[in-house]
Amino acid sequence: MNAIVCKDLCKTFKQGEEIITGLNNVSIIIEKGDFVCLSGPSGSGKTTLLNAIGGLDTPDSGEISIGDIRIDKLGKGALADMRLHNIGFVFQAYNLIPVLTARENVEFVMQVSGMSAAERSQKSHAILKEVGLEGMEDRRPAQLSGGQQQRVAVARAIVSQPTLILADEPTANLDSVASSQLMDLFTQLNRHHHITFVIATHDIRVMKYAKRLIGMEDGKIISDQINNDQTINVQTVNNKAQ
Amino acid sequence: MNITLRMAWRNLWRHKRRTWLTVGAMIFSNLLLVFLISLQFGSYRMMIDNTLRSYTGHMQVQNKTYNDDPKIRNSFAAIIPLADEIRHQLGTDSVAARGVAFAMTSSKQRSYGLQIIGVEPDFETRVSTLPGLINKGHYFTDINAEEIIIGSVLARNLRVDIGDELTLLGSGRDGSFAAGIVIVTAIFESGVADIDRSMAQVPLGYFQSLFSMGDGGHNIVINAEDLPLVPLVQQNVNDIVHQRKELAVLGWNKLQPGLKQAIQADMASAWFMYAVLIVLVAFSVLNTQLMSVLERTREFGTMMALGVKPIRLGSLVITETFIMSSLGLAIGAVLGSALAYYLSIVGFSYPGMEEMAGKFNLPDRMYPSLSPLSIFLGPGIVFFCSLLASIYPALRLFFLQPVSAMKAV
Ligand SMILES: Nc1ncnc2c1ncn2[C@@H]1O[C@H](COP(=O)(O)OP(=O)(O)O)[C@@H](O)[C@H]1O
Ligand SMILES: [Mg+2]
Repeated sequence: MNAIVCKDLCKTFKQGEEIITGLNNVSIIIEKGDFVCLSGPSGSGKTTLLNAIGGLDTPDSGEISIGDIRIDKLGKGALADMRLHNIGFVFQAYNLIPVLTARENVEFVMQVSGMSAAERSQKSHAILKEVGLEGMEDRRPAQLSGGQQQRVAVARAIVSQPTLILADEPTANLDSVASSQLMDLFTQLNRHHHITFVIATHDIRVMKYAKRLIGMEDGKIISDQINNDQTINVQTVNNKAQ
Repeated sequence: MNITLRMAWRNLWRHKRRTWLTVGAMIFSNLLLVFLISLQFGSYRMMIDNTLRSYTGHMQVQNKTYNDDPKIRNSFAAIIPLADEIRHQLGTDSVAARGVAFAMTSSKQRSYGLQIIGVEPDFETRVSTLPGLINKGHYFTDINAEEIIIGSVLARNLRVDIGDELTLLGSGRDGSFAAGIVIVTAIFESGVADIDRSMAQVPLGYFQSLFSMGDGGHNIVINAEDLPLVPLVQQNVNDIVHQRKELAVLGWNKLQPGLKQAIQADMASAWFMYAVLIVLVAFSVLNTQLMSVLERTREFGTMMALGVKPIRLGSLVITETFIMSSLGLAIGAVLGSALAYYLSIVGFSYPGMEEMAGKFNLPDRMYPSLSPLSIFLGPGIVFFCSLLASIYPALRLFFLQPVSAMKAV
């Protein structure tokens, strides 16, 4: 079953007089439970693609489906609901709410989606334990290391039991130990919760965790490979995935 | 505590100084408003009370037709027994019967037209400050004495002094010729030229016989102990006189409609000043919340990316304002009330006030009048306007794009 289907996505940005290509006819299909890395140099369109998939930004043309929902047809409110319930986001800069503790950051999302206080506290406790932050629930982001903050962000992303997690350069601000801990956590969530992962990165250490590696350049997909225990099979190059 | 509330509370203290400055502006303006409004209410009360106590009284019993058509024949009978009855029932002496007529007054040299008030000597002093303004001679003691007290201007005009005789010429209630000779027993000086020139008092018994009034008169003046008690006392008086269908009980705002208008005009000008103060506070709130929304653009962008809707972020901003305004309201109202309460006990005067007060037989200090209205009116409006001012920053969140917002520093 497909988690994500993108068809002929195009997106341009205007910067003054200049027109910049963000996405140039991108089509991909990502299966449920996959673990995909988007790689490519800076400015190749990784973030633009993730934003389009996550419904944070609308493409100029093309179709996007998450599960069986055509999200390019959704309004703002419905998109927000979809992000809240079906998609988890992990950002490069963690983006935690600074005035809330680890637990509150996680519970905030649950409160927004209307969960009861009892359910929230039970769930946030379990999830923070799962991401390895037991005992740090009451710390504020400023009192946590980068790796710990990113794990709070992961806890926040998975708390509403999304089917899909989109991570944009999640390890860019982390040292190698924290990076591999985070990737281990991702792998574990992918295996045990069958969450589909799409991770934008240009970090080689991250790529080796991927089941599938998609390379981008100038807003186009230039490579698409299955990563079988470091033995890389070239499956499709360029353009359209079937 | 709800997470949104917790978040709002902590957000406020991210910029302690800025928050306190904004709350401080609210506290200051609320304190000022409570004080000024209480003082304003107090001075109105004093102004009304003094004006009414000088002559009109808080309320009057009259013939129904008298207020619109104050002619001598629009009188009512058995006025003194009724006044006695009211005094008895209310348990107060601040009730006095009067008759009102016009007469030509002549001394040896000159003649002037004059309003003649017939008064009950024992009780007139309880409802009017005029007897207290006598600066020469003494007030009446006998209700039937053929005596008169006149104002200082009239005394000068007529060239008379204490002990001199005056001739009164007029027409009685039945149209008959009314004439009498009275002795000047006192001269008063109210400071109001009109009164000092054209008003005189004679004892009511003599008045009745002079103007062929029988046992009648024109009004019974009643003062309540305090202005706020007027409606209650008026109700009681109504109950006492309601069997006499020809009578009506009129409150001071019917007797002196100009007084209320003067107050309303003054109120309007005072509110203009308050409005300036309130607008300044509202702008300070607007500024604070705009800044605080702007510097949290990234945070709001993140929350939107997570699926939080703008309405929720907007209510966070409003909640923050609500907390600040509540602090401003509570602290400002308490401090303002404390100040106004203190001054309502010890009084308040400005330079020159005592001198003026002594001259016009007025109280020499002002007393703020503290009431729930004077406490909460100003701060309530500040509170409301602050919330209103934060609607604009809150609305801006509806135009936020999560992607560009998250790029903001
Ligand atoms: N808001 C924007 N305004 C103008 N240009 C943009 C904007 N967002 C992205 N771009 C441009 O689009 C291209 C793709 O950007 P992006 O998707 O961020 O690349 P990546 O994430 O791979 O580094 C880049 O050339 C970038 O400069
Ligand atoms: Mg990027």
